[in-house]
Amino acid sequence: MAQVTFLDAIKQAMYEEMERDPTVVLIGEDVGVYGGAFKTSEGLLAKFGWERVIDTPISESAIVGAACGMSYLGLRPIAEMQFIDFIVCAFNQITNFVAKGHYLWNAPAPIVIRGPAGGGVHGGPFHSANPEMYFVHTPGLKVIYPSTPYDAKGLLKAAIRDNNPVLFFEHKFLYRRIKEEIPEGDYVVPIGKAAVRREGKHLTIVSYAAMMHTSLEAADELAKEGIEAEVIDLRTLMPLDSDTIVESVKKTNRCLVVHEDTKTGGIAGEIAAILCERAFGHLDGPLMRVTALDTPVPYSPPLEEYFLPNKEKVLHAARELAKY
Amino acid sequence: MAKALTKQQHLDLYYYMRLNRAVEDTMVKLFRQNKIVGGLYSSLGQEAVSVGTAFALEKKDWLAPMIRNIGALLVKGVPPRDVFMQHMAKYDSPTKGKDGTSHFGDLDNLHIVSPISMLGDLIPVMTGVAMAGRYLGHKIVAMTWIGDGGSSTGVFHEGLNFAATQKAPFVLVLENNLWAYSTPVKRQVPVENLADRAKAYGVKSFVVDGNDVAAVFTTAREAVELAREGEGPILIEAKTFRRMGHAQHDPAEYVPAEMKKYWEERDPISRHKKFLFKEKLLDEKGKKEIDAKISALLEKERDFAENSPFPPAEFAEHGVYCTGDDCHKIRAKWERPIAEVTPPKSGVPAVWTVEGFGSGKGSGGGSAPIHFGDTVKHEQKEEAAPSNNGAKSPAKKTAKKSVIATARKAKR
Repeated sequence: MAQVTFLDAIKQAMYEEMERDPTVVLIGEDVGVYGGAFKTSEGLLAKFGWERVIDTPISESAIVGAACGMSYLGLRPIAEMQFIDFIVCAFNQITNFVAKGHYLWNAPAPIVIRGPAGGGVHGGPFHSANPEMYFVHTPGLKVIYPSTPYDAKGLLKAAIRDNNPVLFFEHKFLYRRIKEEIPEGDYVVPIGKAAVRREGKHLTIVSYAAMMHTSLEAADELAKEGIEAEVIDLRTLMPLDSDTIVESVKKTNRCLVVHEDTKTGGIAGEIAAILCERAFGHLDGPLMRVTALDTPVPYSPPLEEYFLPNKEKVLHAARELAKY
Repeated sequence: MAKALTKQQHLDLYYYMRLNRAVEDTMVKLFRQNKIVGGLYSSLGQEAVSVGTAFALEKKDWLAPMIRNIGALLVKGVPPRDVFMQHMAKYDSPTKGKDGTSHFGDLDNLHIVSPISMLGDLIPVMTGVAMAGRYLGHKIVAMTWIGDGGSSTGVFHEGLNFAATQKAPFVLVLENNLWAYSTPVKRQVPVENLADRAKAYGVKSFVVDGNDVAAVFTTAREAVELAREGEGPILIEAKTFRRMGHAQHDPAEYVPAEMKKYWEERDPISRHKKFLFKEKLLDEKGKKEIDAKISALLEKERDFAENSPFPPAEFAEHGVYCTGDDCHKIRAKWERPIAEVTPPKSGVPAVWTVEGFGSGKGSGGGSAPIHFGDTVKHEQKEEAAPSNNGAKSPAKKTAKKSVIATARKAKR
């Protein structure tokens, strides 16, 4: 087994799927000759050719629309957003056309829309977004946001093979920072299943993507204080694995949600509602959340640092919650 | 010169236009009886566009209609009952009551993609259909329609430009009916021929009298052939007129009376009938037979639609996601060797080659060194520039050139 970065895991997943299945094609801005802005598709054009690795004009609606049209003839296109921030340029195409097709006229659209998301790299307000909840709120889409190279590869493969439109968010902070040994060859990670990253009994921390790592670091720190936190990595936001969350909270009786998305309308609110519905009697304290501020992502390092959740903020909230 | 139409083609075009109008007349009656759940949109007077264009497609080709293209659906093989049931929100309708109007499709048999109400989105979608068809070796053409109104959407331009870069086997019919709801075309688009927009994307275009079904068909046939041969995409502007309001609720009082009169005199069905009678391709007896056939068909179709139940309420919850192979077996149909698109054969050097680089001409006739020479070579124009700035322009151009030259020197 080799040490693989998050970025290489994405590359491997696309390469292997394209090799395995000639209906898989990649379409997006600068994905071909340049190999993608983050080099996630490096080498794919040389291997698979112009018909399968398609460089496009700067036209996100056209990219998503064309991917959808291609899928109607049995292809499985991967549409890349150069930065996930630009996905909103295709918002109508995704939420009205792609998402509703199966429900309305029995037309599945097996496409993956993927791209680099998230902050912490001083990308500023238009290269740092976490727009996942727009799409979690849209029936007909699946939304994946992994935190490890192993999951990134296995979930991307699962997404490509899924018959539904899947939005696949890749946290760019993790691209080159996280390395992991992953098995050679083919495996998939099922969509819609959360992972318990650390077991604990005093409180449950629910998180995903880059904040999962922050949560784990905080949990290690808490352990030194005698607070054993269970850390759940959601991996998939839609469909949400509420069973795993509910089971954990029934055991720990306390829940803290940590996400890099902004607070209002973030998935923490949904999780709070689910726990009220399904585990109200088990809660010893309020659901707490550590999230980004309800502002655009600011550019200057001190501002962005203030905006983002971090280990200290998680520790502070967890200590408060543990007092209940 | 275009091939002449056969007698049968002329008669088929007539039949489908008559069927289109009769289906819509039936729906107006159903609407007045409160049997149509939502809005009803009319293509009265525009039948030649829907019918003439769709008639140019082969069975294997793909189309995606807009709201006023019931005629295209009928030509493609949709039974009238499906159109009725869609409007009546019945359980036996193609969408089983989940959507109405022309919002339905059929991926497997008829190759129809459903529209959505947001205009223009179909353009990149059908570009993708065309690309996938080419990729799989199907030799298909994809066609969709857009209105004068929809041609101002961003995705129209994104889609057409992208289709052009891909040389997609795709035909876009721009149905210019002169009105986007209450706004006349002159207030939407400040050009005489909307087809001119194709030039900006290096796309070949045609302008056709949208109320002359034979002309529409001949043009569409040429466009479809060109697209199939790899000369796509092609834009056809069909000039026509929306004789009813935006939908049934809209009396369209904003449309000048003389405009309505002008176009009523150019009714596509009356015109084609007159032609058929003159050429002795049809007589009164034959016309009556067609009328009777359509009436009998629609009576049957309407009865079926009226007897279909509404969907059970709990059906609202079903079908948001495809559940896998038990729900849809998604399999591409390969009509070319897969080896062509898989390694090692698919491999290419990952570099751009820019054909004809440096061979371009600037608008002033001089050389324009940075130019992608695979576009049509600029022709030297001898005649004077337009009179309003003709006198000044040569001097200006010279001055500009020298400034550029200096700037370039300075850079070095």
